Amino acid sequence: MAGKAWRSAILNLLRTWLSGKDKIKAQEVSWAVGAVKKGTPQARTFTRGIQTVTLIPGDGIGPEISTAVMKIFEAAEAPIQWEERNVTAIQGPGGKWMIPPDAKESMDRNKIGLKGPLKTPIAAGHPSMNLLLRKTFDLYANVRPCVSIEGYKTPYSDVNLVTIRENTEGEYSGIEHVIVDGVVQSIKLITEQASQRIADYAFEYARNNQRASVTAVHKANIMRMSDGLFLRKCREAAEKHKDVKFTEMYLDTVCLNMVQDPTQFDVLVMPNLYGDILSDLCAGLIGGLGVTPSGNIGANGVAIFESVHGTAPDIAGKDMANPTALLLSAVMMLRHMGLHGHAKKIEAACFDTIRDEKVRTKDLGGNSKCSEFTEAICQRVRDMQ
Amino acid sequence: MATRGHLGNLFCSSSAWEILNCILFWLHNQTKSPTPPPAKYGGRHTVTLIPGDGIGPELLNHVREVFRFSCVPVDFEVVNVNSALETDDDMNNAITAIRRNGIALKGNIETKHTMAPSVKSRNNLLRTSLDLYANVMHCQSLPGVQTRHKNIDIMIIRENTEGEYSSLEHESVSGVVESLKIITRNNSLRIADYAFKLAREKGRRRVTAVHKANIMKLGDGLFLQCCREVASGYPDITFDSMIVDNTTMQLVSKPHQFDVMVMPNLYGNVVSNVCAGLVGGPGLVPGANYGNAYAVFETATRNTGKSIAGKNIANPTAMLLASCMMLDHLKLYDHATMIRHAVLKTMNETRVSLPSLKGLSPHLPLCHEAHWSLF
Repeated sequence: MAGKAWRSAILNLLRTWLSGKDKIKAQEVSWAVGAVKKGTPQARTFTRGIQTVTLIPGDGIGPEISTAVMKIFEAAEAPIQWEERNVTAIQGPGGKWMIPPDAKESMDRNKIGLKGPLKTPIAAGHPSMNLLLRKTFDLYANVRPCVSIEGYKTPYSDVNLVTIRENTEGEYSGIEHVIVDGVVQSIKLITEQASQRIADYAFEYARNNQRASVTAVHKANIMRMSDGLFLRKCREAAEKHKDVKFTEMYLDTVCLNMVQDPTQFDVLVMPNLYGDILSDLCAGLIGGLGVTPSGNIGANGVAIFESVHGTAPDIAGKDMANPTALLLSAVMMLRHMGLHGHAKKIEAACFDTIRDEKVRTKDLGGNSKCSEFTEAICQRVRDMQ
Repeated sequence: MATRGHLGNLFCSSSAWEILNCILFWLHNQTKSPTPPPAKYGGRHTVTLIPGDGIGPELLNHVREVFRFSCVPVDFEVVNVNSALETDDDMNNAITAIRRNGIALKGNIETKHTMAPSVKSRNNLLRTSLDLYANVMHCQSLPGVQTRHKNIDIMIIRENTEGEYSSLEHESVSGVVESLKIITRNNSLRIADYAFKLAREKGRRRVTAVHKANIMKLGDGLFLQCCREVASGYPDITFDSMIVDNTTMQLVSKPHQFDVMVMPNLYGNVVSNVCAGLVGGPGLVPGANYGNAYAVFETATRNTGKSIAGKNIANPTAMLLASCMMLDHLKLYDHATMIRHAVLKTMNETRVSLPSLKGLSPHLPLCHEAHWSLF
């Protein structure tokens, strides 16, 4: 539960100090400080400071960008050990589709995962892999921080907001019926429990990341009961977290204002469909899915960070992919684990490389290969040590 | 009638000529359109006016003033709707008035969600009772307005009566609420047909259907299928489709790829607000709701604007342009062109801008400038 991480970190430090054998490394102190600052529920095993993370390379350009990220982490000397697993749907006993047991076991043990893009099969008979992962680990919150990248110019500058989207219910419940021929009914499900969970998470996130305000996005004027319930739960969570400012805004007003002045928003929390639309809208403001990080938080302390772009089969294997999205997601992962020093270093190296404009991949307007881009970042990271 | 300049003379003293002209128009159009022409008594039209809440009343007052100055032969039948009441009597009166007159100009009626959930949105009730199935919004970059993207010209056609706005909700188990989204074949075919007809009429080359059929396979799948069926009857117009989240992403990065867009209700809400933001804000874009027998005109983004009500800073452009659309619908094309020209000239040349346009913050209402530029 909350607090154990910092306790163990400080105990380790004390042990080292009292034993007098090894000198206390500055890194270890910063880990302890990071863990205290973070304070989020983290159930992890600290074996000499190295954290094991499950890596799911994915399909298409997935393996290339995963390799790039591993290389950069190595250059940054991040205390991360990777455990690669593949995720393909298999049919378990009883005909239920599930992910391979070794992948599940690895995730349950490590609690933190990094995932590349997964192919969505058409007519394969099983649901998409992303959906399976979501159901298996109860990933209820999708967090997408959208920060303008300095070197990559878009019509919108100074964007700095976070969208937190409820990931399990809402309009994507998948419950549809044909009532009579020509009339279809889709059910949008809003439950008290899920709304409370996401609202609480949003305020916790705001608090832990020094965010000033949380805005609930809804359409309670039309969907009185469902969005009304969601809004009520958000208001209750706001009462419990009086240090974070709470506002509510209609979905259309948010869209309107987002496109005119995105700097007015901080943290946005919303049900599934609005979250899907708004998070992609915000991704578009900063430059697209190729540069947007994303994290999925689940119950029991599980967190899977991923790149949200597609598998890009047309450029797979040609060393043309842009690893920025996966890299920024990995940085988000480091922050989640409390390794702020490494996170800052890698992020700065990445942004500096993009700003420099010398080595950029094709989608960012340059001509370089993925490996060249990766090498440039690695070099910068090494220079920073 | 006090006359100012030759234009005033032309319209105010020529009512007989105008009646004749209109009768000729009517006779000419009788052979073309199957729908009956709007009713006129003594050469003047009657239009229902619903002031609504927030900035609605002041914007509609501006419209009335401009109409008075330019001698537009339109009389307004004002019907007030009190949004604080729980009964629907006010709303029923308004709907009856619109049935009587056929046309309405309205401000947004506030939906207080502190009231019980059984009190539904009045605006929605109006749209469904009168079967105003098509909401049309033409987003055009206006000259003189500073925006990040230039030269945008997108038409958005949004299904206005069903989808997520069916207002059918129930709490089956305590703490679990279900909201129904209804998509029907008839309405989807109707809106798709409207979209393609309008595209052809306006000389547009492409229609894009916006959907989320990868997730809502049956609902949005049906909508998409209907659009495809209708598209096959218009081989001169290109048809494609795009998922709504990708659409919003493309709109903020490359808006010029879109021409005409057709979509169900909720996505229409999102996309129309994004597009309104792209061309400069909610105060600039007019919207129209068309049914087979009735038409209601309002601002495209349907904002109540409570925070800026009564402060004389609300931008009347959207409502004025909506009134021009109404005049076009009434076939008073000359008046419509004149007012539209005045509004655009004011925005562009005199550079009067309002806080809502993110320009300077003057205190001169846009309207007075528009009045002077009419003559």
